[in-house]
Amino acid sequence: MAIIPVQRKPLSFIERSYLPALASGLRTTLKYLFGPSETMQYPEQRPAIPPGYRGVPALVKDPHGREKCVSCQLCEFVCPPKAIRITPGTAPASGVSVQQEKAPQAFDIDMLRCIYCGLCEEVCPEEAIFLQNQYSMTGFSRAEMVNHKDRLYEIGGVRPDQHFKWDVKKAAEEAAGGGHH
Amino acid sequence: MPEVYYAHPLGVAVLKGLAVILVIFPIAAACSMAERKVSAWIQRRPGPNRTIPPFLAGIPGLGVLQRLGLFQLAADGLKFLFKEEPLPNHVNRLYFTLAPVIAMVPAFTTVTVVPFGAYLDAQGGVIPLVLANVDVGILAVFAIASLGVYSLILAGWASNSKYPFLGGVRASAQLISYELSMTLSVLPVFLWVNAPGLPGTLGFGRVVEFQSLPGFWGGTWFFMTMPVSAFIFAVALFAETNRQPFDMPESESDLVGGFHTEYGAFKWSLFFVAEYANMIVGSAVFALLFLGGWNPLPWISLGDLVNFLHNHTGWAFWLHPVAVGVLSTLIFIGKIVATLFFFMWVRWTVPRFRYDQVMKLGWQKLLPLAIVNLIAYTIGIYFLQG
Repeated sequence: MAIIPVQRKPLSFIERSYLPALASGLRTTLKYLFGPSETMQYPEQRPAIPPGYRGVPALVKDPHGREKCVSCQLCEFVCPPKAIRITPGTAPASGVSVQQEKAPQAFDIDMLRCIYCGLCEEVCPEEAIFLQNQYSMTGFSRAEMVNHKDRLYEIGGVRPDQHFKWDVKKAAEEAAGGGHH
Repeated sequence: MPEVYYAHPLGVAVLKGLAVILVIFPIAAACSMAERKVSAWIQRRPGPNRTIPPFLAGIPGLGVLQRLGLFQLAADGLKFLFKEEPLPNHVNRLYFTLAPVIAMVPAFTTVTVVPFGAYLDAQGGVIPLVLANVDVGILAVFAIASLGVYSLILAGWASNSKYPFLGGVRASAQLISYELSMTLSVLPVFLWVNAPGLPGTLGFGRVVEFQSLPGFWGGTWFFMTMPVSAFIFAVALFAETNRQPFDMPESESDLVGGFHTEYGAFKWSLFFVAEYANMIVGSAVFALLFLGGWNPLPWISLGDLVNFLHNHTGWAFWLHPVAVGVLSTLIFIGKIVATLFFFMWVRWTVPRFRYDQVMKLGWQKLLPLAIVNLIAYTIGIYFLQG
């Protein structure tokens, strides 16, 4: 490659007076003055949430209305800021969740501690906890900022399921003899 | 003509004074909102557009005022009136309180000698609308406006802390430096309008009259025939009114708030209003000297416009002094607003100068340029008016 010497021309008298630069600067700012505003008028306009957004973590149910969480407490143990607190319990003896043996008795996520890292969602073997698109959490007290189990299911709602693990188990049990375990 | 023109001189003076105050004050107040809005638009923001009193929120059509921030302006004004007046312990109380008051005095005194419109008398002569039609016009403006620096120095000194003190020192140095160039830059204008055979004057009426003469050269405005003067005057005006890029006395980035660091609430807002009033008067003087005063366009004088409107519509109403006065005042206010917009436009275009650059520009560039300009125009005027 040949070396190309770059000519560094000294500034002309007009250029040293700053006036051309001033004029072009004024032109630029005038263009911006009449340009569109970049501001999003927040409460009226909402930002588009991209896929994979990490908002408020919440528990989900499968389309049959089952609680998917089996209170294995993996999320509680992996949670870096220790925002999750689970009291394990047994699943109700009748109803749709009868096959899954365990369910959380209490499930609290302290949103003042949560750092929205998404490790709970990543670690969950039952695909029971997901970070939602909700990004705005408000409350008047610290207690209000703790999401309890019913609130978590309310936020999370129902999520489509590909496995229906408990339906498979139920079918297997029925095929084995129709009796209860 | 209405009887008010023949009323007692004192009554006329009071009426004129009220008229001037009622025009200048709202513009000065609106300037702060205009500043915020123009700043916002240049930065691609909408600016203050939310505030509206709840009892007005239901009325349709007020949304425009809301988006223009008019209610925000009212809220700001009320806030300054009612919030607590902080008076730091370490200040000199008398001078600390006096400084903002002194800032207001020159700002509103200069308004009195600046004509803001004109009407035509029975002979077709142009009578300027001015509170005090003194012959020393520009001299009075310069003399009184120079007093404005005392309030800045006093505020800086009385605050008894480092940043305001530095701001006060800078203010005094800067204002004195640029006053020289400013004064020298307007001299060619007054050399030209004091043509041989005419009584000598430093008033603004003559300057505008000379920008509304018939003929090609008579109809030009002085910013066309004296561009260097206009440029120096504009730059010095920015420095005199402490506007960016010459905001050394305030210097938000390096001196916190400069001379008004220790001020708050209503005292601070007095400095603010005084600054805008200074800007308005400065813009008015610039419009009178270089932008043709109340003439609508170059080569079209106020008289031409009025006659055109009269002949075109056939209404004798256009020749009425009140109509002419209102029309000329509106034209003049339009020019002031345009100049004020230019102030705000430049603020977001040109980066701030460093303090030594301000001094260098003032003493080593503008002052020699102003002197050369004066000498050149003196020789030129000597040969032209022979």
